[in-house]
Amino acid sequence: TVMAAPVTNDQSWFFALALGVSFLKCLLINAYHSTDFEVHRNWLALTHSLPAAQWYYEATSEWTLDYPPLFAWFEYGLSHIARFFDKEMLVVQNLNYASPATILFQRLSVIVADVVFFYAVKECCKCLREDKGKYLLGKPSFILTVLLLWNFGLIIVDHIHFQYNGFLFGVLLLSIARHFQNRHFEGALLFSILLNLKHIYLYIAPAYGIYLLRCFCFTQSNIYASPESRINKLSIDLPQVLSRLFPFKRGLCHAYWAPNIWALYNIADKAFSILGVKFKLLDINKLPKASMTGGLVQEFQHSVLPSVSPLATLVCTVLSILPALFRIWHRPNGARGFLRCLVICALGSFMFGWHVHEKAILMAILPLSLLAVESREDARIFLILSITGHYSLFPLLFTTQELPIKILLLLLFTIFSLTSLKTLFRSGGALLNPLEATYLLGLIPLELICEFVYPLTVWQKTFPFLPLMLTSIYCALGVTYAFIRLYISLLTCSDSTKKIKTQ
Amino acid sequence: MENWSLFSLCVLLGLTSRWAVSFHSYSGAGKPPMFGDYEAQRHWQEVTYNLPVHEWYFNTTNNDLNYWGLDYPPLTAYHSLVCAYVAKLLNPEWVELHASRGYESHSHKLFMRATVLFTDILIYIPAVLLYCFYFCDGFSKQKVATALCILLYPGLILIDYGHFQYNSVSLGLALWGILGLGLGWDLFGSLAFTLALNYKQMELYHSLPFFCYLLGKCIKQGLIGRGFFQLAKISLTVLVTFALCWMPFLSDPKQPLQVLHRLFPFGRGLFEDKVANTWCSLNVLIKIKTLLSRETQLFLSFALTLLFILPSSLKLLSKPNLWQFKLALVNSSLAFFLFSFQVHEKSILLAAFMLPLLVKDGLLLPYVVTSLAFLFLSLYLLSALERSTEEELRLGIYRKLTRHWLPKLNLSRIIKWKFWFSLVAMAALSFTSVWLEPPAKFPDLFPVLVSILSFLHFLGFIIYFNLVQLMEPQRKKSQKKTN
Repeated sequence: TVMAAPVTNDQSWFFALALGVSFLKCLLINAYHSTDFEVHRNWLALTHSLPAAQWYYEATSEWTLDYPPLFAWFEYGLSHIARFFDKEMLVVQNLNYASPATILFQRLSVIVADVVFFYAVKECCKCLREDKGKYLLGKPSFILTVLLLWNFGLIIVDHIHFQYNGFLFGVLLLSIARHFQNRHFEGALLFSILLNLKHIYLYIAPAYGIYLLRCFCFTQSNIYASPESRINKLSIDLPQVLSRLFPFKRGLCHAYWAPNIWALYNIADKAFSILGVKFKLLDINKLPKASMTGGLVQEFQHSVLPSVSPLATLVCTVLSILPALFRIWHRPNGARGFLRCLVICALGSFMFGWHVHEKAILMAILPLSLLAVESREDARIFLILSITGHYSLFPLLFTTQELPIKILLLLLFTIFSLTSLKTLFRSGGALLNPLEATYLLGLIPLELICEFVYPLTVWQKTFPFLPLMLTSIYCALGVTYAFIRLYISLLTCSDSTKKIKTQ
Repeated sequence: MENWSLFSLCVLLGLTSRWAVSFHSYSGAGKPPMFGDYEAQRHWQEVTYNLPVHEWYFNTTNNDLNYWGLDYPPLTAYHSLVCAYVAKLLNPEWVELHASRGYESHSHKLFMRATVLFTDILIYIPAVLLYCFYFCDGFSKQKVATALCILLYPGLILIDYGHFQYNSVSLGLALWGILGLGLGWDLFGSLAFTLALNYKQMELYHSLPFFCYLLGKCIKQGLIGRGFFQLAKISLTVLVTFALCWMPFLSDPKQPLQVLHRLFPFGRGLFEDKVANTWCSLNVLIKIKTLLSRETQLFLSFALTLLFILPSSLKLLSKPNLWQFKLALVNSSLAFFLFSFQVHEKSILLAAFMLPLLVKDGLLLPYVVTSLAFLFLSLYLLSALERSTEEELRLGIYRKLTRHWLPKLNLSRIIKWKFWFSLVAMAALSFTSVWLEPPAKFPDLFPVLVSILSFLHFLGFIIYFNLVQLMEPQRKKSQKKTN
C-alpha cells in the first residue's frame, strides 16, 4: 500500500486527535444550546411514550417530528438510555425541560454518536491517492483528519447549537469512502440509510443517481433499488410523514438569510424599492410591509422584483446542477468526479433552494475537504468556501458568552487550514490570489463592525437585523464565487485526468 | 508548518479551554452569606473604588475586615481598582458600596471572567511563549509541545477560570522574572519578580532562590568592582519598586504594619482546612495544633522550613547558573509549602489534589476533563520526545515554577510502576470522594486521605529534587563523557 508510516504510529496520532476534540466537546457541555435541544428532547419523549403509528401526528409541542422515520427510531433507541439519566425528560408534557442530567445525557449522546464520524474519517484517509509527507504535520492524511475532526462548523453546530450532524456526516463520508474503494453496493446502501435519517441529503441524491446509473448501468440498478424499498417499509403513513418533512409553508428565506442567491436577490429587491421610492417611481403605500428582515419565518412578497415560489427555486436548483450531471454522465471521472459532482449538487441546492438553513453549507464543505488535500485548485476553493461558510455560521451563536469561543475556534481552524494547505502545495506560488486574500481579510472588519461596533450605535434599536443582512450578503459573494470556480474546475479538469488515465 | 502558526495554535487551544472552563460554576456561587473567592474579588473592587487608600486594610464602619478583608499586597488592590473603574462603566451596581454584597448575575460573571482572560493574555501567556522559545532545548516541535503542555496545565486553568483567582498575574510576573534572569537582564528580572511579590505574598516561596542566584552571580563577578556595582543596582531596583508600590501606605507608620498584619496572619493557626503539608498530615497522628502553643508552632515551622531550604540555597549561592536556579525554585517552593505556617492548598496549584475544593465549587466536570486531557497529552507528547532525549533531568526544565507533580518518564521500571499506582490511587480517591459517603465517625475521611497521599508525594519530590540539585555536577560530567 501507499502508507509510508508504520501502522502503530498511524493509529496513535489519529487517536490523539480524536480524543483531543472529544475533550474539547466535553468542556462545551455547559455552553449555550438552541431550541434544537428542546426539539430533540421532545422527540426522545414522544418516541418513548407513544406507539410508532402516532409519532407523526403528535403535536403537543410546536417542535413536531420533521425528520424521516429512521431518525425517529434512532431517537427511540436513545430514549432507552435516557431513562437512566432522568426519567422526567421522557414526559411529552415537560416542555422545555432541561435539568443538568438531561443536558449531560443529550450532549454525551452527540459526543458518543460522533464515533461513527471518526470511523468514516479513518476510512476516508485510506482513500487518499498518495500519503507521503516529510513529517507528520505535512501528511495529507493528517491534514484531512484535522480538517474533518476539528471542523469548526461541525463543532459549533453539533456541540453548542445542538444537532446530530457528526453522526449523519459520518454515514455520508463512509458512503463516499466505499465508492472510492469500489464497494458500490455498500456505498449505495449507506446513502439510502442516510436519506432515511435526514431528508436534507436529497440535495445530493442526483449526484448519486447519475453516477451509479452511468457506471453500473442497468444490471446493478436493481440491486440499488431494493435496499431503498426495504428501508422504506419501516416508514409509516407516507402523506403525513411527507407533510411534516417538507413544510413549504415556511418562507423563501430562513429568519437569518443563508448566504445564497436569494439573499442577494432580497437585497437587490430592497435596494430597488428604496431607489424607486426616492425617485418617485413607486408609491410607498402600495409596497408590502418590509417583513423580510423581521425575525419571523413567514411567507412574504417582494416589492419590485418578481416573487419567488417554491417551484421557481426547484427549477433554478435543477438548472444549476444539470450541467454537472451531464458532465459526469458523458465523462465520468471515477470516484473523484462523482465527489466533485456531489459537492456541486450540495452547493447548488444551497444557492438556489427554498428555505435553506445556513448549516447546510457544511454539506458542501466536509466532502470538499477530501478533494482539498489532493489538488491545488480544490484547496483554493476549499479555503474560500470553508472560511466564508464557517463565518456565516456566526449568527447561530449570538450570546456574549460564546463570542470568544467561536472567534477562537474559527481562528484555530482557519490558521491550521491556511498554513497546512499552503505547506502541502508549496510549489507553484501562493495558494490565494490577492483579491481572494483581501476578501477573506475583509471578514475581520466585518466581524468587528457587526458584533462590536454596531451594537453600541443608535441604529441597533431601529435596524437590529442590519448586521445579519451584511453578514449574509458578504458571505453570499464568497459562496457564489466558490460555486463558479468549482464548476469551472469540473468542466475543465476531466480532460487532464483522462490523459493521466490513458498514460 | 511554520513555528509561528504552531505556537498560535497552542495559544488558541489554551485560550479556548480556559474560556470553556469559565462557563462552569465559580467558588461560592449562590451560597450566602459568605459566598467564596469570586465574591472576595468583587468585594475588593468595591472597597478600593469607594474608599480612600488609607482605609483599605483597616477595620472601619465602611470596611468590615471579617467579610473578605484585603489580604494581598497593594498591587492586587490597584488591580482591583482598575477593574472597578471598568465595572463602574459597565454597570455601577456591581461595585456599589455595601449594596452590592453578594451580587451575582450572568453579565457580571462574564465581566469577571473576562478580566482574568485579559490579564492572562497580557502577562502569563507571552511569558510562557517566550520561555518555551528561548529556554527549551530541542527542536521547534519539542518547544511547541512543551508550550502546549504548560498552557493546558489544569491546575492554573481550574483555579483561575473555575474557582476564580488571579494567579496568572503573579505567576506570569514571576516567570518574566525568570526570563529576565535567564537572558541576563538582571535588573528587568528583579523588577518583574518584585512586582510579582507585591501582587501575592505567596511568591515569597520563590524569593530565596532569586536572592541567592543574584547574590551568587554578583559575588562571582567580584565583590570589589563590577560585582558590587551590580549588587547595588539590583538592590536599588528592588527598593525603588517596593517604594513605588507601597507609596500610598508610607505616610503613616501604622499603615505598613497593618498591611503586613493582614498579609501574614500569624493570629490564625498552623493550618486551616485540609492541606497536603506536613502539619496537617502530622495532625492525624499527633494533635500538634492543640498540643503546642502558638509560639512553639511558629518556631517549629520556621525552623523546619529553614532547614529544608538551606542546602539548596547554599548550593545555588556557590554555583549561580540557570539550571541550579530552576531546581532551587522547585525545592524552595516545596519546602515552604510543606513546612510553613498557614498554607492554603491553592499554594500548590496542583489539580488532582485540590479535588475536594473543586467538587465543592461544582467544577467536577472540568476537573475530570482537563486533568485527563493534560495527563494524556503529557504522556503522549512527552513520551514521544523522551525517546530522543534520554535524560530524566530534562524534565526539570519543564517543572521550574509550576511546582506540580508530573509523571516521571524515567526508564526505570520502579518509577513507572509507582506512577501508575499513583494514578490509580488518584482516580480511586476522586471516585470515592464524589460518589461514596464517608463513614459517620470520620466525616472528613476522603479529604484527609487526599491530603496525606499528596503530602507523601511532595515529600518524595522534595527529597528527589534536593538530591538532583546537590549532586548535579557529577551527573553532568558523566553525561558529557558519554556524549
